[in-house]
Amino acid sequence: MIAIVDYGAGNLTSVARAFTAVGASVKATRSEADVAAADAVVIPGVGHFRSTAAISDALRAALTGAAQEKPVLGICLGLQFLFDGSDESPGCRGLGLLRGQSRPLLPSASEKVPHVGWNTIVALRPSRLLDGVPAGSPFYFTHSYAAPVTSACIASTDYTIPFAAVVEAGNVFGTQFHPEKSGEAGLRVIRNFLDVV
Amino acid sequence: MLCKRIVACLDVRGARVVKGVNFTSLIDAGDPAELARRYYADGADEIVLLDVDATLEGRRARARTVEAAAERIFVPLLVGGGIRSEDDAAAMLDAGADKVAVNSAALDDPSLITRLAARYGSQAVVVAIDAARTDGDVSVWTRSASRPTDRSAVDWAIEAADRGAGEILLTSIDRDGTANGFDCEMTRTIASRLRIPVIASGGAGSHAHFVQVFTTGCAEAALAASIFHFGRTHIRDLKHHLAAEGVPVRLPC
Repeated sequence: MIAIVDYGAGNLTSVARAFTAVGASVKATRSEADVAAADAVVIPGVGHFRSTAAISDALRAALTGAAQEKPVLGICLGLQFLFDGSDESPGCRGLGLLRGQSRPLLPSASEKVPHVGWNTIVALRPSRLLDGVPAGSPFYFTHSYAAPVTSACIASTDYTIPFAAVVEAGNVFGTQFHPEKSGEAGLRVIRNFLDVV
Repeated sequence: MLCKRIVACLDVRGARVVKGVNFTSLIDAGDPAELARRYYADGADEIVLLDVDATLEGRRARARTVEAAAERIFVPLLVGGGIRSEDDAAAMLDAGADKVAVNSAALDDPSLITRLAARYGSQAVVVAIDAARTDGDVSVWTRSASRPTDRSAVDWAIEAADRGAGEILLTSIDRDGTANGFDCEMTRTIASRLRIPVIASGGAGSHAHFVQVFTTGCAEAALAASIFHFGRTHIRDLKHHLAAEGVPVRLPC
């Protein structure tokens, strides 16, 4: 069973539907016991970083513990939550599984913010998550803040600033784009995650 | 590079997709779920489902229709029609929408935009503006373009963005369903004043019209209905044409 963390800020229906479509059994939950019992955990999320404040200390501890022993995938805001924190809501701590702080994208005359739509990613090294994804495949992004390009970053995108599009470090995985909304390429990323599981 | 988006629109009345000219003379175009699946397979970057009777009937778009359309669609789904509150938006998002469009209710109470953005994030809030030209100005119409307001479309778009809208869906009432081309001048006027993306709508009739709205019109996305429903244009062919013209698009495999 894949636990999808429900903290009131996710497009849970879309995420659950995409995972189910590629054959996974999913459960939307905010229970620590479910996170502990799951084969893998997905942290979805759209919107403002402060909505992560709805994740209780007990659930945080369960998520941190889960990352020691099973795959954890953060999507969009969920990816940013894997890091230390975000300038969007300095009072809210991230899980700190990855080092770094999310920063705002910087709009210009030619690049509007939020960054909405299909954009390409640049793979920095081979990875499990992007295995078999054709180079140049665009993915669907919608966000105004983004995590830094660090050693955990396996693919980056440059839109107003360079940022982490995909991260992978041990059991910790994340995509800034929405694989559940990125057509067949996105479904391939979800299948790859399930293959790790 | 960020791609320009091709958005397929399903105007729903009852349980069927309909399409008219200048918001009237509606004719049947098919089943919403079937069309949504077809356009997803054809390479649409986004699907929009608008319940055209919801506001006039004092209700929100039907969750059952949204659920059926969202099934097996792995691109963003934008739903509009009669959304007047956070609860209405929640019902649409729970049914499988990724974003909601607000129109008449936001004109009645602009704080709705702020409240929805605070709860779901700006990326989930699209303000739909139905605009028509009158005496050199572009004004906003409400209630499925049945009633004029005294608002200027430019001012309203800027206010909506300031209040937290993540995108503007800008429809030219004059061009709706005519296939005479997008109102590129109106689109450019508004898009160039905003720091959020604009989806241009109304008037798509040929591949060239899309090239124009992405270049001259400065739109980030372009929406069409009739030309897809009635087989005048295939999304795959349209995207290959755009790519050949140097417009960045996501090419269907």
